[in-house]
Amino acid sequence: MLPRRDVQAGDRAEALLLSNARLVDPEAGTVISGAVEIVDGKITGIFTNDGQPVGGEAIDCRGMVLAPGIVDLGVKVCEPGERHKESFRTAGRAAAAGGVTTMVTRPDTTPAIDSPEQLEFVARRAAQDTSVNVRPMAALTKSRRGLEMVEIGFLKDAGAVAFTDCDSVVTDAKVFSRCLTYAGSLGALVIAHPQEPGLSSGAAATSGGFASLRGIPTVSPVAERIGLERDLALVEMTGARYHADNLSTSAALPALDRAIAAGLDVSAGVNVHHLTLNELDVGDYRTFFKVKPPLRSERDRRSMVEAAASGLVGIICSMHTPQDEESKRRPYEAAASGAVGLETLLPAALRLYHGGDMDLPQLFRALALNPALRLGLSSGRLAVGAPADLVLFDPDVPFVLDRSTLRSKSRNTPFDGSRMQGRVLRTWVGGKEVYARE
Amino acid sequence: MGFSHSHLLGIEHLKQSDIVAVLDLAESYVDLNRRQEKHADALSGLTQINMFFENSTRTQASFEIAGKRLGADVMNMSMGTTSLEKGESLIDTALTLNAMHPDLLVVRHPHSGAVNLLAEKVNCAVLNAGDGRHEHPTQALLDALTIRRARGRLHRLNIAICGDIAHSRVARSNILLFGRMESRIHLVGPSTLIPAGAADWGVEIHEDMQEGLRGADVVMMLRLQRERMDGGFIPSEREYFHRFGLDAEKLGFAKPDAIVMHPGPMNRGVEIDGTIADDINRSVIQEQVEMGVAVRMAAMDLLARNLETPPSGSAV
Repeated sequence: MLPRRDVQAGDRAEALLLSNARLVDPEAGTVISGAVEIVDGKITGIFTNDGQPVGGEAIDCRGMVLAPGIVDLGVKVCEPGERHKESFRTAGRAAAAGGVTTMVTRPDTTPAIDSPEQLEFVARRAAQDTSVNVRPMAALTKSRRGLEMVEIGFLKDAGAVAFTDCDSVVTDAKVFSRCLTYAGSLGALVIAHPQEPGLSSGAAATSGGFASLRGIPTVSPVAERIGLERDLALVEMTGARYHADNLSTSAALPALDRAIAAGLDVSAGVNVHHLTLNELDVGDYRTFFKVKPPLRSERDRRSMVEAAASGLVGIICSMHTPQDEESKRRPYEAAASGAVGLETLLPAALRLYHGGDMDLPQLFRALALNPALRLGLSSGRLAVGAPADLVLFDPDVPFVLDRSTLRSKSRNTPFDGSRMQGRVLRTWVGGKEVYARE
Repeated sequence: MGFSHSHLLGIEHLKQSDIVAVLDLAESYVDLNRRQEKHADALSGLTQINMFFENSTRTQASFEIAGKRLGADVMNMSMGTTSLEKGESLIDTALTLNAMHPDLLVVRHPHSGAVNLLAEKVNCAVLNAGDGRHEHPTQALLDALTIRRARGRLHRLNIAICGDIAHSRVARSNILLFGRMESRIHLVGPSTLIPAGAADWGVEIHEDMQEGLRGADVVMMLRLQRERMDGGFIPSEREYFHRFGLDAEKLGFAKPDAIVMHPGPMNRGVEIDGTIADDINRSVIQEQVEMGVAVRMAAMDLLARNLETPPSGSAV
C-alpha cells in the first residue's frame, strides 16, 4: 500500500486528492505531472504540480501513472450457465486487479442473454457481486441462432449497450440486414465478429506453413475479409451503427478504411492477443494459445499494431474468455478456444508502449476513451465531470506472470511464464478504491 | 552418438544421427526376421500396449509382430469410438493405462498433436503410430530404410511425393526426414490437395506429373481417401487417375531405375495402376511392409534402452 497523508480538513471534507501522479489524458493526448481531485465519485479538479488545492484525504502517487480505467469491450462472465469457469465475483476481482473499471459483458452465455429477463439477471448478479461497472451486451438474435431478432427496443431500455451474436455469424444476409435496419432505427449499436463461416468451420489455426506442418485444420485470413466486406455492404445499405469486435488480419483493413472514409458509422476492435502474439506461439500444440480468430502471421500482427497506432482500429480489448482446465487439456483441434485477459490486458498492451508503437495517451484512447465513446458511456476520460474510474500503475516494473496468481476462476492465459512489464497499483471505480496492490 | 529420446513422437525431433541409428539397428532385425527362428529378447518382460483410436489393420499388426518378436507382452486396444461415447477424455484413458505400468505405448489418434499431449501424461515410452494429419514417424523411417536398401543412400536423391499431401501425415514425416537427409523433395498433386504454406517447407511444388517426376529417384504415391473424391477436392476419380494416377507413361518421366512406393492400402486404378504396383522391378511396396516390422522393432528397442529402469534382457 502507498502511504496516505491526511490533509487539513477544508470545506469539502469528502474530497479525495490523488497527487504527484503522471496523468494520462487520452482526449488531449498528453501526459502531465499533477493531481486529480475527486468528490462524490466524479473528477472535480485536475491540477498541475504547482497549484495543488487542499482537500480531504490525499494519496501520494509517487510519480506513478494515473489513467482513466479500462473499458473492456467483450468480457465473458460465464453466468448464467458455466459458473465453474467464471462468476461475477471472480471476474469483478480480476477486473479490479487489472485496472478494468468497466466490463462490457458478452451475451454468449448458456442460455444466451436474449431477453429483458435474462439481462435483468445479469444486472442483478453484477450489482450483487462486483465492485466494477458492468455494462451488458445482449444477443442480436434469439439464442444467437441467426434466425429471429431479439427485442432490441426492450433490451436497450433495460440497459443493453450493444447487440451481438459474438462469434456466431448471422449467415443469412436478409436476417442480418433486417437486424441492422431495426437496430439502426433505435440507434442501437450492432457488434459482429466478421467471418465467412464456410471457410472457417472446423479451423483451429491460420493457414500457412506452420499450421500445415502441425497438421491443424486451418482457415485463410481472407475469411475475415469476406465477412467484413459483407457486413459493411449491409451497413451501407441500412445505415446502421456497426462495430467489428475482433479484427486480426491485414486483409480486412482496406475495407474498414474505405467504410470509415465513406462516412459510415463503423468502428473496429482488436484483441490484445493479436497485437502481441503470433501463430508460431502455438508451438507444440499449446492449447492456451488457441483463440478465436486464431493467432495470425507476424505480418498480420504488425499490420494490426499499425492499425491500432493509427487509430483505424480504435479499440483494444481482452476478449476475456474463461475456459476450465478440462476443456483445454485436449488435443488442439478439440480443445476449447479463448483466453482470459482481464488481468493481463494492461501489461500486454504496455508491450506496445515499451516497443515504441504507441504512447500512453494513444493506448488509453484504445483501452478506455474509444470504447466508452462508442458505447455512449461517460467514462474513459481524465476530465472534470467524468466519473472517477481510474487506474494507477507502474508502467515499467518487470515481472514474470504466474497464472496461479490470477483472480479469475479459470486461468487459461497464454502469458503464463511470460516476462511482462507494468503492474496495476490501485484501481478506483466512482471514486471508491476497489483494488490496492499489497 | 546414441539415440537419447524417451518417446518417438515425430521425425521433427530427430537428428540425422538418430535416424541413422534407427535404420542401422533395423538392418539387423531385417536379418532376424528372415530367419526361421525370429525371436530376440530386447523387450522381454516389457509390456507394450497398442492403443488405436482410429481403425488400422496393417500398422497395428506390424507393431504387434514387432513387439512379439522382441519378447514383449503385447496388448491391443481398439479404442474406436467406445471410450469417446463414454465421455472419457484422452488424458483419463492414458492415465488409466499408465496405472497398469506399460513400458511402451503405441498410439494412433485422429487428432493432430494428440499423441504429444498423451506423452506428457504417462511415464512410459510413447510411439506415435499416426496422429491426425501431423506425423507418422515409423512410416517415414521404414520408407527411408527401403530407399536406403534400394538406392544405397538417403542424401542427394530426388524424391517425388504425389497425391493427397494436404491430409497426409506420411507426407509430412517424409518431408521432414528427407529434408534432414539433404535430399530434394518434390510435391506433386492437384492444388486443392497441396496444403497452404507448403512452399515454406523447402520443397518444390508441381501440379503436373511430368514436371514433378522428372529425374526422380523415388516416386512415393499417397493414398487418396475415398471421401475426398466426391467433388470436394477433386472432380472425380477418373479425372484424378488421368492427371495424377501413376501409370507406365507417367513413371517414364522419372529416372529409368526409379523405385515406386506406396504406404498402403492402395486404391488400384485411382492413384496407382495395378501393373505398376505389382512390377517387381520397380515397385518396393511389399518390401516397405517388411521394413516396417524391422524399423518398429528397432525403434522400440532403442526407446526401451532409454527407459528409466532398463530391463534385464536389453542389450546396451
